[in-house]
Amino acid sequence: MRYLSPASFDDAIAQAAQAPGVTRFLAGGTDVLVQMRADIVTPDTLIDIKKIPGTHDIARAPDGGWTIGVAVTGAEMREHVDLGADWPGLVEAMDLIGSTQVQGRATLTGNLCNASPAADSVPAMIAAGVTLTVTGPEGSRTVAAEDIPTGPGQTSLARGELVTAVHIPPRGAGGGDAYLRFIPRTEMDIAVVGCGVNLTVEGDTITAARVALGAVAPTARLAPQAASAIIGTTLDDAALDALAAAASAACAPIDDKRGTVKFRTHIAGVLARRAAKIAYDRARKAQ
Amino acid sequence: MSKIHVSTTINGDTAEFLCDPRETLLDVLRDRLGLTGAKEGCGTGDCGACSVTLDGRLVCSCLVLGAEAEGREIATVEGIAPGEELHPLQRKFIEHAALQCGICTPGILVAAKALLEKNPDPTETEVRYWLAGNLCRCTGYDKIIRAVMDAAAEMREAA
Repeated sequence: MRYLSPASFDDAIAQAAQAPGVTRFLAGGTDVLVQMRADIVTPDTLIDIKKIPGTHDIARAPDGGWTIGVAVTGAEMREHVDLGADWPGLVEAMDLIGSTQVQGRATLTGNLCNASPAADSVPAMIAAGVTLTVTGPEGSRTVAAEDIPTGPGQTSLARGELVTAVHIPPRGAGGGDAYLRFIPRTEMDIAVVGCGVNLTVEGDTITAARVALGAVAPTARLAPQAASAIIGTTLDDAALDALAAAASAACAPIDDKRGTVKFRTHIAGVLARRAAKIAYDRARKAQ
Repeated sequence: MSKIHVSTTINGDTAEFLCDPRETLLDVLRDRLGLTGAKEGCGTGDCGACSVTLDGRLVCSCLVLGAEAEGREIATVEGIAPGEELHPLQRKFIEHAALQCGICTPGILVAAKALLEKNPDPTETEVRYWLAGNLCRCTGYDKIIRAVMDAAAEMREAA
């Protein structure tokens, strides 16, 4: 295996284009190194992107949107007070991943591109409306977070393409987000179900919402009908019931050691209800 | 396969080594530099026995490549004690008998030291969550938590 640490994305893309066999990009390494050790992936070329300028930066644009460098760790996101004030749900979702040690290395982009259906940060990213800059030999394109994973361990990135930046939209007034997951203990586990809710209010009325679910389908997915169930409401009991029913209806889970189809489908509704309440409280306080 | 030349800083001293691109920082510390304090428990970032700090940030050295250490600052359990004196955490682990087999201890000491540098007055809950990635299969954690809380109290008084 060759280990390369280019100083620019242009170099990284050129190196990937010329590399024979299997290439992997390395940021935090919390998945790639585990896969290498288990012989699940044996890269011929490993391209470490952490020496590229900007990859460790968290930056707020004049419009209030955020750009997160692809090597920014969960710990760095957690320590960023302003980011946490704007997007507490997204930061908390990232913070749920692994241990303190894993938080010191793990990245949003890695969690997304590892394409686990149970990845905690991904429903929160989808709910937040996160987009990615994907760059390859043909240039750059912007891709919504929900369009990156295509199945367990599979992404829509073409050979030689990589994510070069993460973009979070401007929070704006009256916005709030939340992410909850179910695990059978309190820490260090993989989601049985995860749910992210992001919404905007005017007064007490929800004017926009996005709901996303994790671990209930081959990829984390947007649940537009769950969002429709609460838009235009004050999150009253009828709206919460409709939300829970729509979230459960959006599930297509598997039975496995972590949970059954029936359990996951039910819990998706429960988590949607609880996450929506948290997001709603946060949004009303942010007006 | 050609080896990579790496210059780094370990416990304040400059260090140079040659490593295979696939070698982890844990492999390098133990097998090339003779720093056997960090232990290999799982090798997949789940147990924390290989904990070190990289530029001050707590990480599992089994999930870092040796090549990534270039130009960085690494701290291991070997650097915890200032000179001949034990670090308060080390002393309190002995006082509280916070270990049995000792395999997890170096990682827990490194992790606890990182916590107390960031938060000198943690609650018991904060200590338990911070150390959730350091698995001990002997003592059941209570003595470990008590030792960390006691060391934190002593370090606050001394500060």
